[in-house]
Amino acid sequence: MSDQPVVEIDAVTVTLGDVTALRTVSADLEAGRLVGLIGPNGAGKTTLLRTITAAVTPDAGSVRIEGESIAGLSSRAVSRRVAVVPQDPTLSFAFDVREIVAMGRTPYTNRFGGGDRADADAVTAAMERTDVSRFADRPITDVSGGERQRVLLARAIAQDTPVLLLDEPTASLDVNHRIRTFGLVRELVADGRTVVAAIHDLGLAARFCDELLLLSDGRQIARGSPADVLTPARIEAAYGATAVVTTNPVTGTPTVTALPDRPAADGRIHVLGLGRTAVGAMYRLRVAGYEVSVGPVPAGSTLAQSASQFGCSVTTTPAFGTPPPGTLTSVETALKAADLTVLAGNVDLAGSLDLPSLLGSDAPIVCVGDYPPIAEGVHRVDTTIDDLVAAVRSEQSEADEHPGVRASD
Amino acid sequence: MRPPIRILAWCGGLFVLLVIAMVLSVGIGPVRIHPLTITKILLNQVVVPVLGSGSRSASGAGIEFVRLFAFDVPAAHETIVLQIRLPRILLGALVGCSLAIAGAVMQGFFRNPMADPSIIGVSSGAAVGAVAAITLPFALPFGLELQTAAFIGGVGTAFLVYLIATEDGRTPVATLLLAGIAVQTFLGAVISFMLLRSGETLEEAVYWLMGHLHYASWNRVGWVAITLPPLTVLLLAYSRDLNVLLLGEEEAHNLGIEVKRTKRILLGLSSIVTSLAVAVSGVIGFVGLIVPHMMRLLVGPDHRILLPTSALAGAAFLVATDTLARSGPGEVPVGIVTAALGAPFFLFLLRRRRVYAL
Repeated sequence: MSDQPVVEIDAVTVTLGDVTALRTVSADLEAGRLVGLIGPNGAGKTTLLRTITAAVTPDAGSVRIEGESIAGLSSRAVSRRVAVVPQDPTLSFAFDVREIVAMGRTPYTNRFGGGDRADADAVTAAMERTDVSRFADRPITDVSGGERQRVLLARAIAQDTPVLLLDEPTASLDVNHRIRTFGLVRELVADGRTVVAAIHDLGLAARFCDELLLLSDGRQIARGSPADVLTPARIEAAYGATAVVTTNPVTGTPTVTALPDRPAADGRIHVLGLGRTAVGAMYRLRVAGYEVSVGPVPAGSTLAQSASQFGCSVTTTPAFGTPPPGTLTSVETALKAADLTVLAGNVDLAGSLDLPSLLGSDAPIVCVGDYPPIAEGVHRVDTTIDDLVAAVRSEQSEADEHPGVRASD
Repeated sequence: MRPPIRILAWCGGLFVLLVIAMVLSVGIGPVRIHPLTITKILLNQVVVPVLGSGSRSASGAGIEFVRLFAFDVPAAHETIVLQIRLPRILLGALVGCSLAIAGAVMQGFFRNPMADPSIIGVSSGAAVGAVAAITLPFALPFGLELQTAAFIGGVGTAFLVYLIATEDGRTPVATLLLAGIAVQTFLGAVISFMLLRSGETLEEAVYWLMGHLHYASWNRVGWVAITLPPLTVLLLAYSRDLNVLLLGEEEAHNLGIEVKRTKRILLGLSSIVTSLAVAVSGVIGFVGLIVPHMMRLLVGPDHRILLPTSALAGAAFLVATDTLARSGPGEVPVGIVTAALGAPFFLFLLRRRRVYAL
């Protein structure tokens, strides 16, 4: 049994009206795993969850739970296998919290009999576990969003199913409640449940999920560990957005920062510099939409890592020893190709380069912070890191108004 | 667990209220009858079966019913209590119970506080049957009588509305609601046309349409008393499903409710219950709308307590309003009284509490 996946999704295609919501999606989900469903709005995440509960019937393909096809099962049988924490529950009537949790026992209760002791115990245990016992007798309409989410989680726990589906479980929660909810979900996973969660927040998804399933336009783009799935290329393919994937220094898991669409700013900037100032300058220019090249930077430095994560072209030098001759040539090429040069970080790197002859004497050089003096006869513009993008823009527009100046070399 | 005690307490209290209302109602009317006399009359009806000696009966030995008491009461009072008031009060209680429980079910089913038992056209359908039986110059096919025609009209209309609203096996609640309103409007036109051509029978038809318990008889009481209890038990058995359905159909499915089947059963049962009530009493409005509302404010949305308390409160409410309707100088149809009392009370609730929240 341990080898068999709990949930087997086999080439499922779903059409809702005229829209194909899922196209031949397949996935085997194993016990004791938290699987995150990610993807842009309308990618089919919720539809996939609804397919697993048999709320929608696939046009093709099948879903099996514990080896049994759910197509032939009754609602009651499905609800003994799959519990759902809905995204936007209709809770506009004043049932007590305890009543709501007790509704999780519906699949086990007889119509003509009341609940038995096992039901009452399951409800109490679920409320203890989610810490909702304190307000068990309050109407659900009177509890906060975070409490309500825990109540619905308690209901799903009381339902006592091998599979648990969460649709945006933390969408309406604050930071603290998000982490606590996912902590609780991880405990449920440790109990051996299979949990599938549709999650918008890619950082949370990467941090808490064992596995991610990336959907876009009803198609499965990627499936695997967070580090494998969350790559800039795949995010671009799924979301159509340029993104930077860095490693969260605290959790050690991938963090995704989406960048605005490329065409926001036009132009190519070369950043010369080192350290945090250079990273900041590079990041801001990238976010503003510029194409950025960096170098020379020591191989393996934070700047070099960030530069490749940010999708900048980078020229590295060995961290120790003399730079090979090719390095300088490559930096010179990058400098010539750039519309503007930015000097960042309090390091006199520019000293080894003959900037005026490389760039032409009128070419503007934007210096960030207290940049040390550079060669004479250079059109130097000083700015702060916060005003960098504005300074670059104004230099660019000046160059556009007087095109002759740049071309004079 | 806690809830059963609460349910028993509420139901017990309301049952006592209903009995008090009924006893008081028996005494009230053009002829006032003292409660003590009523008690005596009722006690006189108590019989015990004894093994007969066979001396008085031609059929020989057998079980005989012997009266336990023999109080001396005026014969006229006995006739008024037993033949006129008691059947009427019992019928009122049964009809009130039916309308209120069907109303509570429909409000939960539609998740709409403005829903009432006739929301999917049951009353209009029953009215078409009844008005046709009263006004048409020829006998209805199959020799249908007024009550049967009304009952069939009611249930048939509910079924028709259900069919109209169902597409590809799905019956969205909103479509059902709108289809019900459209069919009601159409049937309203049919009724108006029949009334226009009714001639001498107009008064009787209008009187029926207003809803009254004037023609109550032990026969009618018997019909309702036999059919209503099993239907009520069935509806009560579905109270947990109704609770879960309040969360929405998909949620209900996820919690193990067979949504399609449950919806059909609930619609069917409540349509039958409403048709029964309308067939014996005409269209009595507002009971099915107001009473469940009132009880929801008092006991909360849980149908396990809401349905039985609504049923009992509906019975008490209709007994009380019918007493009012017949104790004036000239009797008015009770439908007028329920609407005249119910509407202002409803508006009062609307202003004071959040009635729209189920």
